[in-house]
Amino acid sequence: MSLKMPEPDRDVLARRTEIVAALRAIVPGEGVIADPDALCAYESDGLTAYRQTPLVVVLPETTDQVSRILRWSSEHNVKVVPRGSGTSLSGGALPLEDAVLLGMSRFNRVLEVDYPNRVAVVQPGVTNLAITEAVREQGFYYAPDPSSQIACSIGGNVAENAGGVHCLKYGLTTNNVLGVEFVLMSGEVVRIGGKGLDSAGYDLLGVIVGSEGMLGVVTEVTVRILPAPAAAQALLIGFSSVEDAGRCVSAVIAEGIIPAGMEMMDRLAIHAAEAFVAAGYPLNVDALLIVELDGPPAECEHLIETVSAIARRSNATTISASRNDEERLAFWAGRKAAFPAVGRISPDYYCMDGTIPRHALAEVLARMREMSESYGLRVANVFHAGDGNLHPLILYDANRPGELEQAESFGADILRLCVQVGGVLTGEHGVGVEKRDLMPVMFTRIDLAHQQLLKCAFDPGLLLNPGKVFPTLHRCAELGRMHVHAGRLPHPDLPRY
Amino acid sequence: MVASAVIQPRDVQDVSDAILDGARKGEALEVRGGGSKQGIGCGGRAVRCLDLAGYRGVIDYAPSELVITARAGTPLAEIEALIADEDQMLSFEPMDYGPLSGAPPGRATLGGVVAANTSGSRRIASGAARDHFLGFQAVSGRGEAFRAGGRVMKNVTGYDLPKLMAGSWGTLAVLTEVTMKVMPRPRTAATLLIAGLTDRAAAAAMSRAVGSSAVVTGAAHVPAHLARLLPVHTLAAAGTSVTALRVEGFGPSVTVRLESLMVLCSKLGDIAVSDETDTRALWRFLRDAGPLAGDDRPLWRISVAPSDGWKVPAALGNVAADWFFDWAGGLIWLAVPSTSDASAPLVRGAVAQLGGHATLVRAPLSVRNAIGSFPPQLPGVAALCQRVKSMFDPNDLLNPGRMSAPIPAA
Repeated sequence: MSLKMPEPDRDVLARRTEIVAALRAIVPGEGVIADPDALCAYESDGLTAYRQTPLVVVLPETTDQVSRILRWSSEHNVKVVPRGSGTSLSGGALPLEDAVLLGMSRFNRVLEVDYPNRVAVVQPGVTNLAITEAVREQGFYYAPDPSSQIACSIGGNVAENAGGVHCLKYGLTTNNVLGVEFVLMSGEVVRIGGKGLDSAGYDLLGVIVGSEGMLGVVTEVTVRILPAPAAAQALLIGFSSVEDAGRCVSAVIAEGIIPAGMEMMDRLAIHAAEAFVAAGYPLNVDALLIVELDGPPAECEHLIETVSAIARRSNATTISASRNDEERLAFWAGRKAAFPAVGRISPDYYCMDGTIPRHALAEVLARMREMSESYGLRVANVFHAGDGNLHPLILYDANRPGELEQAESFGADILRLCVQVGGVLTGEHGVGVEKRDLMPVMFTRIDLAHQQLLKCAFDPGLLLNPGKVFPTLHRCAELGRMHVHAGRLPHPDLPRY
Repeated sequence: MVASAVIQPRDVQDVSDAILDGARKGEALEVRGGGSKQGIGCGGRAVRCLDLAGYRGVIDYAPSELVITARAGTPLAEIEALIADEDQMLSFEPMDYGPLSGAPPGRATLGGVVAANTSGSRRIASGAARDHFLGFQAVSGRGEAFRAGGRVMKNVTGYDLPKLMAGSWGTLAVLTEVTMKVMPRPRTAATLLIAGLTDRAAAAAMSRAVGSSAVVTGAAHVPAHLARLLPVHTLAAAGTSVTALRVEGFGPSVTVRLESLMVLCSKLGDIAVSDETDTRALWRFLRDAGPLAGDDRPLWRISVAPSDGWKVPAALGNVAADWFFDWAGGLIWLAVPSTSDASAPLVRGAVAQLGGHATLVRAPLSVRNAIGSFPPQLPGVAALCQRVKSMFDPNDLLNPGRMSAPIPAA
């Protein structure tokens, strides 16, 4: 592992037997896993390049158990790493050698569906797709749809503020969650929000979402469900250059259209996807756009015509509209299989996740091609074109010495480039351990200190999921001293010009 | 709040200096934009006013990126006019609080809109300011300038501090620069009006409409007594309550959405349709709590689960109140008789039973200071909020007391 994690606490490692016994007193039976072979299943999440066997795994079933686990750990100075389904691509659930891994998979029930208020109350271990499945019969769905939606849990979605292909129109997790129950590291249970739209006081709900499991452990989630659109139709549009495709995207938005989804793929991604699922993609194009439009059939028809006209004006070389749902799903099949498809043409791939202002797309892709040549590694691109979220997939072979490090270095260069053109390090995968050490590229020491102030308000002992997000986690008392206090100001009387 | 000295910062350093100076002297600051929301919250011990209204100007606006960045003191009206020229809007439909407290309209600033997490009738479909607030620069109560979020639509780099700032009423940091998401303006709009529903029946009708695939972007119910004030011509003369359902979008889409709503609602009562011009006027009026803007009675803004909204006025017994509903019943604007406590125990009691909360958005300062403007919180949440406050503003310099919770009756 090339990544530096906090030095394990020898004292905690020595107390392992005592810790396991204490957890068994809280969660009986098979809810505590201490057997070394069984622990292996938890050694990494979706960022498989990094592995670490946890100290012990505990799988509670009730909020009270979570509360007691956290209180005991807090009182005995033991770190805790929360985990949902373990699909994070940024190592958000990477275990620590000296930490309890708190798995939330047993919190797997849909507690209530309230159609008059259009909300569902679910436990955090429920998968993203299971929410939609629970409400589909009544004509509703849960909008955010990360590509791991079959497996990823809503608790993990909350922790990472997961997105998906529909978030341009329907928002990210944060825009679709109305309330949570969570447990602080101290063991205190806190409920915020609910079925109403506004919550009182500071927007703690808004900061819990996307906090990468570092502020509290979510034990219940209230999500907004939406009536499913009456119809959806997709366009598959090919271009002979990425620039033309980019212009088409801008023109669609300038026309006042926010499509339900607008995805772009580059040549390598198109070819890999077509070879894998035979979606019917044109192979003689440099960029492919999938534009999905939804609403009443009359609206779909109108928008399909409008977008087709825009595509023709933007020099599209091929345009086809789905004639039925089967065709629409076929258009998506290639895009949705893009990651595994790339996995077929390369022993390994490394998926990046920056966001850029869309106007910089052509420039970023050109610079990426130069980097690709100098690193000697291929890169395929899939792009949430509407919101500028770029997923370069770097192709490498982990069995060749040094190639993983080269891929990581290439990836870091891409993310630096994203920030340089006015974008950000991560659009939807989270910082985790993966982008932790790049945070200073985007934020100053003072910026990061202010983020950590929030951490200190929730978890002053820094015991919950340490080693993630912050390149340096300052002790909270130290953080306070780093800053200005009344009566002890730096050069208060110096004149300023 | 009455602060004597006024500081008008020219740049971020001036803001930082003012806070550091306040820290040194132990003098708190009242942070103010256009002053349109001065009638909300409790008065504090602020000695000086940090007036951001002059710190204005658009920094960057690229319509095709759907993003705008401006200094915090930029008037909302200026932003809205600029983006309207590109057929875009702030889709959370920020209301103008000014007229509620007798101030002229159009004084709100972008920073104030965010600091108060303002929204409007489109909240049910598009969210509030928090949902469109992408990034900022601010100076915390520690006197340090910092940035969080970004200038792109999709970003999860670091904690979502924009959410923390939205709705913090200037008590954690002074916003200096704000980046917002903008959206295309709907090409047309129409409203279906239903006459004569009771509060309870209207709640059910709004729920069905919003839960249908018609994508309703506004759902309000105005009882008969206030309905006569509505700027609608068709049903206002009928002397009945009015329930309004708005649809927006491209022409063909609005037509079919409206038709589907008519099918859904035709048996409920007399129906009529407002055209685009009337629709815009009606929803602007509702957005700004127009039906209750014209008097000076204490005014509560109450948020509950939409299907529970109708129960709040029903629980008030014989208090002579007036009210109307927005957000499909989830938002209640409630005016109560002018008393020393603005019927707070009764209102808060009724709302607490339903798991919602009530904010006093119009009342004399003495009443607000006596009972608190903002809703009480559960002890655990209150303690957490207090810890956040003490982290960002350890010396309690920024808008001290403004969000203070009600003091329990002795």
